Amino acid sequence: MHPTTRTLSVLMLAVAAHASALAAEAQVAVAANFAEPIKAIAAVLEKTTGHTLKVTLGATGKLYAQIKNGAPFEVLLAADTKTPARLETEGMAQPGSRFTYATGKLVLWSSNPQRVDGKGAVLNDPKLGKVAVANPKTAPYGEAAMQAIDKLGLTAAITPQLVQGESIGQTFGFVHTGNADVGFVAMSQVLEGGKLKSGSMWVVPQALYGTIQQDAVVLKNGAHNEAAQALMALLKSPNIKDLIRSYGYEL
Amino acid sequence: MLLTASDLQAIGLTLKVAGATTGLLLVLGVPLAWWLARTRSWLKTPITTVVALPMVLPPAVLGFYLLVLMGPNGPVGQWTQAMGLGVLPFTFTGLVVASVFYSLPFMVQPVHNAFEAMGTRPLEVAATLRASPTDTFFSVVLPLCRPGLLTGTIMSFAHTVGEFGVVLMVGGNIPGVTRVVSVQIYDHVEAMEYGDAHRLAAVMLVFSFAVLLAMQLFNRRGRAGKAGPASASNMF
Repeated sequence: MHPTTRTLSVLMLAVAAHASALAAEAQVAVAANFAEPIKAIAAVLEKTTGHTLKVTLGATGKLYAQIKNGAPFEVLLAADTKTPARLETEGMAQPGSRFTYATGKLVLWSSNPQRVDGKGAVLNDPKLGKVAVANPKTAPYGEAAMQAIDKLGLTAAITPQLVQGESIGQTFGFVHTGNADVGFVAMSQVLEGGKLKSGSMWVVPQALYGTIQQDAVVLKNGAHNEAAQALMALLKSPNIKDLIRSYGYEL
Repeated sequence: MLLTASDLQAIGLTLKVAGATTGLLLVLGVPLAWWLARTRSWLKTPITTVVALPMVLPPAVLGFYLLVLMGPNGPVGQWTQAMGLGVLPFTFTGLVVASVFYSLPFMVQPVHNAFEAMGTRPLEVAATLRASPTDTFFSVVLPLCRPGLLTGTIMSFAHTVGEFGVVLMVGGNIPGVTRVVSVQIYDHVEAMEYGDAHRLAAVMLVFSFAVLLAMQLFNRRGRAGKAGPASASNMF
């Protein structure tokens, strides 16, 4: 081998080793409503820092149960504030790392473009079919949906029509396949670039349910993970905040 | 009993689903098994394969297809709506239909094996005694193949009781309609109600053990009594 070539290949090896030392990977537990934005955010993170994310989606309550039982997550993007706070008091999260990355909005949605009107009057339709909600025990959006139904005084009327998704992701699936007539889902699931992707929706007035403030927290496992720290920094950057807003979140 | 009212409701519902499914499987699966045992059609092999499919197919796949096919835009959904039955997902009927597919091999395979093991000799003898085919089937075939039928019935029932993945995909977790015991346990675990999960899980464990034990005992007695041709329970 020519000496120059050898020097070059050694150099290239060194560069490659350096890059791989810099590029870390973080296991991130993400509330199901944030499924779409996290894909875009992971792509930005990888492009700008080389760090990669391994994403697990689920209802916040389920992710909490998994973390308590030793799931190797390094960051939690929850759909509420109480779960990250509880993890911090229980010593499962890095103190002081909590912050709000988004505030979610609840919408009533149907895959049928003519079904849902701008006032949610469809809920009083005597021919109303199945109404999908996320499991209120584990999913904050499900809890918000039950609050809204209660505030509308429709609990008795709608309860026989209710079907529960395991997470807001499955709930969306029930409505998307038309198996549920309408469903309470996250606005982020039906918006793209600020516009309704398909079907019809009613934005449930904020007065009808408690604010869905969504907090992120670094878990104990992720305290020394660069990718985890980089993700938290990225979520606070103005560009990413704009991106998150385009999915219908407030910030 | 430390079980909550909703646990008891889930148990009652599970027994209802499993009972209806087993009944339907007896009506549909036994003739199918009979046809498979007697036919020389080239269709025998592909149909045997299709019947066995739910044993290896992930329940998520079965559940997903059922959700899409039985939904309002799916072909089965279009048909059930035209028949005035509405849409099947999230209903008791839908759950029974899904369970029939899910447990089909557990009925058909042991019964099919029993029919084949019996051979043609009893049929020929019955024919020489001028028994009609229907008469032969009910007074010769079914009694001879009782262990196979019993295995099929018990295994279909028990397998349906243990169903989880398919229900999770097409059930919608409705109390008293589709929230069966396995889903109820899952719900308890996900909500970290471990005490409730423990109690209900223990009930399921005891039930499953008792069913299998009863079947073992029955088969042993059957075998000791007469070396019948129809013991098809070895496959399990």
